[in-house]
Amino acid sequence: MMTRFTKGLMLAGVALVALGLTAPAPSPAQAQEDPIRIGSFLAVTGPASFLGDPELKTLEMYIERINQAGGLLGRELELVHYDTGADANKARTFAKRLLESDEVDVILGGSTTGTTMAVIPLVERAEVPFISFAGGVSIIDPVKPWVFKTPHTDRMACGKIFEDMQGRGISKVALISGTGGFGKSMRGQCLEVAPDYGIEIVADETYAPSDTDMVAQLTKIKNTEGVEAVVNPGFGQGPAIVTKNFAQIGMAVPLYQSHGVASKKFIELAGDAAEGVRLPAAALLVAEKLPDGDPQRPIVVGYKSTYEAVHGEGSVSTFGGHAYDGLMLYKAAVEAAGSADPAAVRDALEATRGFIGTAGEVTMSADDHLGLDLTAFRMLEIRDGDWVLVN
Amino acid sequence: MPAPLVEFLQFLFSGITSGAIYALVALGFALIYNASHVINFAQGEFVMLGGMVTWALLSQGIDLPLAIAGAVALTMVVGLALEKLAIEPARNADVVTLIIITIGAGIFLRGLTSVTLGKDLHALPSFSGDEPLSLLGATIMPQSLWILGVTAGIVVLLHGFFNYTLLGKAILATSHNRLAARLVGINVSFVLLLSFGLSALLGAVAGILIAPITATHFEVGIMLGLKGFAAAILGGLGNGVGAIVGGLLLGLIESLGAGYISSDYKDAMAFVVILGVLFFMPSGLFGRRGTERV
Amino acid sequence: MADIRPSGYSKHRKPQTYSRRLGTRATPAQVLLSERVGGMLTLLVVIAVLPLLLTNNYQYDVVVNIGINAIVVVGLNLLIGYAGQISLGHAGFFALGAYASAILTTRYGLHGALALPLGALGVGLLAYVIARPILRLSGHYLAMATLGVGLIINIVISREAWLTGGPDGMYVPAIEVWGFELYGGPVWYWIVAAVLVLAVWLSLNLIDSPAGRALRALHGASVAAEVAGVDTTRYKVMVFVLSAVMASVAGSLAAHFSEFVTPDKASFFHSILFVTMVVFGGMASTFGALVGAAVLTLLPQLLADFASYEHMILGLIMMVVMIFMPKGLVPTLSGLARRRRARS
Repeated sequence: MMTRFTKGLMLAGVALVALGLTAPAPSPAQAQEDPIRIGSFLAVTGPASFLGDPELKTLEMYIERINQAGGLLGRELELVHYDTGADANKARTFAKRLLESDEVDVILGGSTTGTTMAVIPLVERAEVPFISFAGGVSIIDPVKPWVFKTPHTDRMACGKIFEDMQGRGISKVALISGTGGFGKSMRGQCLEVAPDYGIEIVADETYAPSDTDMVAQLTKIKNTEGVEAVVNPGFGQGPAIVTKNFAQIGMAVPLYQSHGVASKKFIELAGDAAEGVRLPAAALLVAEKLPDGDPQRPIVVGYKSTYEAVHGEGSVSTFGGHAYDGLMLYKAAVEAAGSADPAAVRDALEATRGFIGTAGEVTMSADDHLGLDLTAFRMLEIRDGDWVLVN
Repeated sequence: MPAPLVEFLQFLFSGITSGAIYALVALGFALIYNASHVINFAQGEFVMLGGMVTWALLSQGIDLPLAIAGAVALTMVVGLALEKLAIEPARNADVVTLIIITIGAGIFLRGLTSVTLGKDLHALPSFSGDEPLSLLGATIMPQSLWILGVTAGIVVLLHGFFNYTLLGKAILATSHNRLAARLVGINVSFVLLLSFGLSALLGAVAGILIAPITATHFEVGIMLGLKGFAAAILGGLGNGVGAIVGGLLLGLIESLGAGYISSDYKDAMAFVVILGVLFFMPSGLFGRRGTERV
Repeated sequence: MADIRPSGYSKHRKPQTYSRRLGTRATPAQVLLSERVGGMLTLLVVIAVLPLLLTNNYQYDVVVNIGINAIVVVGLNLLIGYAGQISLGHAGFFALGAYASAILTTRYGLHGALALPLGALGVGLLAYVIARPILRLSGHYLAMATLGVGLIINIVISREAWLTGGPDGMYVPAIEVWGFELYGGPVWYWIVAAVLVLAVWLSLNLIDSPAGRALRALHGASVAAEVAGVDTTRYKVMVFVLSAVMASVAGSLAAHFSEFVTPDKASFFHSILFVTMVVFGGMASTFGALVGAAVLTLLPQLLADFASYEHMILGLIMMVVMIFMPKGLVPTLSGLARRRRARS
């Protein structure tokens, strides 16, 4: 009378063998000739796939190029990537897998602030350098010894927008933000820094990232007394719908989007309604329009043409740029340290001075693991379906 | 027009536009439920396929009307295949088992689309431009009129189909009593196939209609599918009128809720209303009161 | 309705539980091989032997996750498999447990060992309050209502950022016991294993109790059971509350284990995942639930290597298994084995 539990046991056994297969026993001390293992976890699917997708493409493309050029310190680079679908719990398990099973030398990735925050305790304990591609200021404030990040923070985006508003004499502002991690976090930062710029938030609406219509919220804002400009922290299709609805109900005040929509895709989705919209973004979006003397020009033009040669005209986004910056920062740090030893690389990363990436000029220190300031952001305006630098 | 009234009108337009889409998706749920008592959680993927395939064909240089026809046809093929390959072989399985099969189908279709058509967001052009129309001081997009018009047209057609054609009556008969329908010579398995085809058609149409407003994406069907299911339940499962009323009501609760109460909690309000309705009317607004056989 | 049933039932309870199932008086060997004793022994052996096969923290991580999911699924199996009530909202209870632990420990300085039962108590109360109106519904309406409850919990958690950290989640401190921080795979392996064994033992005993027989009657035909004098509502409510509490406990464990919680824990997908585990392994089979939890926790890890084909393969596996094994893995396979033995 061997019943179900026997079968259950057998199944459990099969499952365990399978688990064992995916994680071969770690070999002893890696020889110098072994590849440098770069671990990565990105939101290639899910609500943030438009971040993770170009990030992964960028990593794959540039790691291949580095390998073709002879590798790093003569060692090949090997990419180990897992898709998190923007789920923090998945990110955590995959990070553990990268650290414990794949034994990577560095982790580049974390498309969203949530997935990044979830793995920080793990990398801190494992003492492996981690460069995040996510925007939230909480990643590097307070500073964690092993954690760095490449994109501007949402706090800086708010600052840049409010600075621009000051120049236009705007002081009463309405917020309409997505309820996803990005929108929610940036909304909080904007509310916090607004007083520093003499800005008063007079309306504060939200929408869910998968909403199909934001007319109700915008109508409410339209009927709020004294609104002089609207800011829309959010990413994905939400801001495009906001922009279209904004035009539909005939709102005339300036509309500011965030760096979360910094790709041609946004202009494509929002169409004519995007005319006149302003947003803070990295120089990458206006690569060819930068003056010849701009130190960032060769870098951003190079990345843009390389990426678009493979993935098509107009496909470049600042998100892929964050991954580029992360990889190149790591490369520079390994070269500076003369080894891929985690502790040495961490120290070298922290000592980064004057590194030029797609996001701007990076100078890190023991209490700044981002190394960018407001000048790295450019204020862009959409005119005739293209980005134009605003001065 | 006084300002509060214009504001209300604007909320109303916004609500019925979303509501019409929910209604179309809910009708898809109702059709399949009627014929087979299956809740097809891959319904949202039909919506997604409609939009994504239209975009893919457009990007190949095919004209919009032809691209739409192609996308609807392809989605219907997917619907038929789903019934033939996944639902029919599992006909006698439990309700929960069937739910999981359709959820698996949804995951599969999303995966397939992301591999073949990519993970980017894509916009479709509006059918008749992007110039908003003004109506009593409130504005409405021409695309919204398309949505309302096509939805109304589909409702009329479906009404005619179920009440005046033999095939439609056969489907209704099958939904009332499968065994009796078989006894009077109705090909039940054909009826089931047909219901999936029709439901895929409705989904694809909804997906194509809304894509110019919201853009389309391989995961766009998840939330629309869920909302459509909620609308179908709110109206009463398997009831066409219920699906339409449920869809419109859901859209209105969301827009009025966002406009007058809190945009943060508009989705939660929609679910609270549904729970409230179910507590007092356990079979939804128009649902048949079930009797349980012992 | 007057509650006449429990005493009536226990009067009829035979002292030899196993003989009832086997038709004759059980031999010691038969007792050993029954689900309750033999299954329990098997589980204990598996738990004891498993650590010998685990070489690193990542493998521990996966196994601990299996255990945490299994606790939820064993409870949910009682509800779906025995009481015949579907729930697409149990991730909500899981998340409430997780956030109760997170919030009570970080914001109110409570000890983790105290936060867990407090969370479970709160979730139990909530489940009790909503159980009666919700369980009046049946089939897809019940599915919608539970789904709605889960989604509302999800929305509240992600909106009230001042308390929960919002969509980006919040940290949870490790539990400290006598100055020793509970951290790492091996420690949590034994904690989760102990709770799981308790959950399985509870579940098996409940199934074999008079209440359990009433429950099985419910799944068959609830009106018939009602006519026979079983207070079906009472039992449905009891199981609903029990399964919610088990989900809450698992959620608290998960929060302390992973040191981080996000609103994803309350997502619709998470709920669906739990239900899929129940059905996949085999409804109305406690060990099926364990197998379901194990397979579906492992699957994404195994499929991760297929990169962009991961979702296609996952969907395909779900469909194929459910089409060809509608009763779930364990009942189908054991049925096959029985038939083969009968033939030979």
